[in-house]
Amino acid sequence: MTLQSADNQPSTHEEVAVSMQNVTISYGNAAAVRDVFCDIPSGKVTALIGPSGCGKSTILRSINRMNDLIEGCTLKGRVLFDGVDLYAATVDPVEVRRRIGMVFQQPNPFPKSIYENVAFGARINGYTGNMDELVERSLRQAAVWDECKDKLKESGYSLSGGQQQRLCIARTIAIQPEVILMDEPCSALDPISTLKIEETMHELKKSFTIVIVTHNMQQAVRVSDETAFFNAETVENRSGKVGYLVEFNDTQSIFNSPQEQATQDYVSGRFG
Amino acid sequence: MNSLNPNLITRNEQLNYKPNIKRNLGNRLMTGLAALFSIVAVLPLVLVLGYILLKGASKISISLFTELPPPPGLEGGGIGNAILGTFVVTFIAALFAIPIGVGGGIYLAEYSRSDWFAQFIRFGTNVLSGVPSIIAGVFIYGTLVTTRLLFGNAYSAVAGGLALSILMIPTVIKTTDEGLKLVPDDLRRGALGVGASRFITITRITLPAAFTPIATGVVLSIARAAGETAPLIFTALFSPYWADLLSVDGWFSSIATLSVLIYNFSIMPLEVQNELAWAASFVLVALILALNLSARWLGRVASR
Repeated sequence: MTLQSADNQPSTHEEVAVSMQNVTISYGNAAAVRDVFCDIPSGKVTALIGPSGCGKSTILRSINRMNDLIEGCTLKGRVLFDGVDLYAATVDPVEVRRRIGMVFQQPNPFPKSIYENVAFGARINGYTGNMDELVERSLRQAAVWDECKDKLKESGYSLSGGQQQRLCIARTIAIQPEVILMDEPCSALDPISTLKIEETMHELKKSFTIVIVTHNMQQAVRVSDETAFFNAETVENRSGKVGYLVEFNDTQSIFNSPQEQATQDYVSGRFG
Repeated sequence: MNSLNPNLITRNEQLNYKPNIKRNLGNRLMTGLAALFSIVAVLPLVLVLGYILLKGASKISISLFTELPPPPGLEGGGIGNAILGTFVVTFIAALFAIPIGVGGGIYLAEYSRSDWFAQFIRFGTNVLSGVPSIIAGVFIYGTLVTTRLLFGNAYSAVAGGLALSILMIPTVIKTTDEGLKLVPDDLRRGALGVGASRFITITRITLPAAFTPIATGVVLSIARAAGETAPLIFTALFSPYWADLLSVDGWFSSIATLSVLIYNFSIMPLEVQNELAWAASFVLVALILALNLSARWLGRVASR
């Protein structure tokens, strides 16, 4: 992979995992989210919150180039990871996704055994170490080991929804990414499973940078260190809305003393 | 009193069933008609199967499967070479049609974006699946047989197999395309999300997930091809001898098949040959029935 160095970018010092610089993402001709500047700190949990249609999931997917799969989706601006522009022509999206893993809204285990679910990613990434060890460590880190250690050969579908989601987290951990993106990972789960995943995240942030999109503001308060609040505004002459970043700060400030009126209104439940 | 006026609606005071009012009479008449037509619809199947069973099953014997057809005027013999030939020609057809069809289906479902090229291929396969089978035969006859393009050979098992594969390809493409479209996108995203390339996603995740519909489609298309006559008449022709499958020449010379044997023997003015044609019909129907049943079985086993 050829690295394109990002000179004159003071923001790319050590603690920044991903830096978005004037990012505008469009579907077709319509911008979905515009002019985003933010530095996602490494080794922390960053939550993206905001009302529906504000582009927070779009921003999340742009970090590991999942938007490439959507027809007509284009990105302007720069997304820097390790000082490299992820959208440079020389960058291979497959390599990007090996270093920036993703957990999706719906639990989506592969139709394989639990063991194979975890081993799959590591194997295709050329892992040569002890696979049994890696599978156990990943499942332990995702806090699902105790529930599935006796049925590793059974299908991933034999687990409950919450367990499946933690299996998917284990699958992502197994490829040893630097950043884990989570797109509303708990929205399909019951409160107890949600709590378990949140506990898992507290463990994970010791070794990974986590970016999570959530609709649940209490969840953002519970799990995140930093919070980005996005809002959507109607555009003239167009039916849709365009999202933009309103405020990005540490979670305490966003929820207790936001700088912007829109943030204040949103976190106090006055809209959205 | 109710604000709605119930007198405007026809209703009876009693709730019990009255068989002779118009509504109930009409209902019974329509139910009877529908049942009658559905019986008429399956009647040909039952009659054909029954007639073939009656005429053909009595001729079933060991020698039927092991011996060659007798020369005109002689008794006994069997249809062993035609049974073998049907397997050979169908095998050749599958050898060409499965890789091409599955590959094309993968392209349509996984790689093509909804552009004009993919639309054109989908339209093309639909048209091709409606092309009469004799056209496939004439096409191979014109391009391969009369020109002796296949290493100087005219009528051959390979030419017959190619003609059948033309009939199989659209079915295989369509079932692969549709089978892959049934695989949820979540699975593809999951695989790409752990750093799988597109090729690995397809070969390790999506293709195994769509195995059942693809395998079912392939088996059904084989069943269709095995019974075709028209494409084989000008391509594989017929042969009264055993195919010599151990030499290359055997694959490139004309070969007997069940369907062509039925076509040839049933119109001959000879009792023995007519009876062999009936026996061959029975064997062919049994073969196709077995293939259809195995397709259903495949679907059930894999969906568990």
